Amino acid sequence: MALKDITLGQYFPGTTILHRLDPRAKLLLTVLYIVALFLAKNALGYALLAAALVAAILISKVGFKAVFRGMKPVFFIVIFTAILNLLYTAGAGEPLLSFWIFRIYWEGVRSAIFMVLRIMLLISCTFLLTYTTSPILLTDALENLMGPLKKIKVPVHELAMMMSIALRFIPTLIEETDKIMSAQKARGASFDSGNLIQRARALVPLLVPLFISAFRRADELAVAMECRCYHGGEGRTRMRQLKYAGADYTALVIGFTLCGGVAALNLLGVF
Amino acid sequence: MESMIQTEKLSHIYSAGTPFEHGALIDVDFTAYRGEYLGIIGHTGSGKSTLIQHLNGLLKPTSGRVLVEGQDIWASKEATRAARFRVGLVFQYPEYQLFEETVYKDIAFGPKNMGLDETEIDHRVREAAAFVGLSDAMLDQSPFELSGGQKRRVAIAGVIAMEPAALILDEPTAGLDPVGVEQILGNIRDYHKAKNATILIVSHSMEEMARTVDRLVVINDGRIPFQGTPREVFAHGEELEAMGLGVPQVTRVFQRLRAMGADVDPTVYTIPQAKEALLAALGRGPRKASPRLCGERKKESADMEFSAPWTENGIEQTSSDEKGAV
Repeated sequence: MALKDITLGQYFPGTTILHRLDPRAKLLLTVLYIVALFLAKNALGYALLAAALVAAILISKVGFKAVFRGMKPVFFIVIFTAILNLLYTAGAGEPLLSFWIFRIYWEGVRSAIFMVLRIMLLISCTFLLTYTTSPILLTDALENLMGPLKKIKVPVHELAMMMSIALRFIPTLIEETDKIMSAQKARGASFDSGNLIQRARALVPLLVPLFISAFRRADELAVAMECRCYHGGEGRTRMRQLKYAGADYTALVIGFTLCGGVAALNLLGVF
Repeated sequence: MESMIQTEKLSHIYSAGTPFEHGALIDVDFTAYRGEYLGIIGHTGSGKSTLIQHLNGLLKPTSGRVLVEGQDIWASKEATRAARFRVGLVFQYPEYQLFEETVYKDIAFGPKNMGLDETEIDHRVREAAAFVGLSDAMLDQSPFELSGGQKRRVAIAGVIAMEPAALILDEPTAGLDPVGVEQILGNIRDYHKAKNATILIVSHSMEEMARTVDRLVVINDGRIPFQGTPREVFAHGEELEAMGLGVPQVTRVFQRLRAMGADVDPTVYTIPQAKEALLAALGRGPRKASPRLCGERKKESADMEFSAPWTENGIEQTSSDEKGAV
């Protein structure tokens, strides 16, 4: 079934150095990378960032195929952005091409290419993060990094718990949807034929059981948590303690260097 | 015998081209004959669920063919759709697929999708409800007000109402109490007899299988290592155990008795057969086994006649006693 093929931040188990990095370091590294992406103003900067990402993908061993597959859903947006940038960026010199009401300038081509690169690198790097970090670790890292916000009464633990539960149940619900779809198909239901109204109506036999089972699961989970004396984040200790190690510091240094390097390359002003 | 469902070199590979790729079925040749009561056994992940989802066209084979009544079900869109109605599939825990406001409407969902007219639908809903022992009063209730066992029978009725020539049930008795188990198995038998339908039943319970099916198909790692009558299949006791399956407890006892030197038939698989085998062994006079042991067996076998065949604690008890005695 096609539903199973959805890669929604799917985790590829592995033991590479990228998998073993502290999730906080990885999260910070991703943020630094994104900052660097927005700092980059010339081709050299983008080249440096692209090279860094390619290196990271090679180290992680998840394969370029997987990263590209994640990009499929945003393909349309990328193309759309490129076209808009191409057509609506006004430049100083002579237009390269002009037809009807549009004039395409060298600056437009440049900004379209950079914009496409920027979006693709941004998506690839976040996909790489979710491919190499399990959702549970990721929420742990988020909770830890957002810790200081507790001082201003942000319910950090509750938010992190909600997130990890939501992430935990995405595959379960997909599987459940798949199962109910098969069961209703076995009774002759069809989900991919007819006009829009017929298709919407065909979803009723799928959505009703799905909602009922989601509520049932939520109820069971709440009871199970209560049985194990869950009462929020207060005084709660963790089985997995997050600890920075040498590799994590190295990774962060690389991240900052990347940012600094891109900023320095901007001064060179090539293209 | 005329074949009802047949697969030819059926293979299915999940998640092809990703790190999770694995073959769930490998070159499976499988046949279910018309009017047959067939059991499929295999441990979790052996490929049995994948197999049954191929038989009515829910999954498309990676390679190989599936024939329903001689027709390749992937030959055309119509053939696939026809196969859905010829081969009814009841999933595991089918009660979770109920969605309508009333039991009646839910059972009518399948026949409606077949495009039948109102009178025919009404006839079929009532007949299906009767098969699974639902009263007329229940038809107007919401399916969500019913008990677990009743819900499951509603779900089964929803498939029976399509009057499939072959009915496949995945673990139809999972999670039910003994009374519920008997009711469901009885309903299935009734349908089998009344319509001369082919029944395929997937189960983990060897006892249940031994009592109900004509033929058993074993699935392990996407292949069929052996199939045949329960007697033939259960003769492979050790291989079955190596696959994480087993044989009925009574068969295990007899195979062990045999290994200990008692002259008994090791291929029995139901309690009445066990009784006969024991009487035959005793009738021929004392054997190598000690007289005390034989006396005990006789008493036990008399007790067993009155205990339900699926609760065989008595037998377990005896076999451990024997180990102590030896």
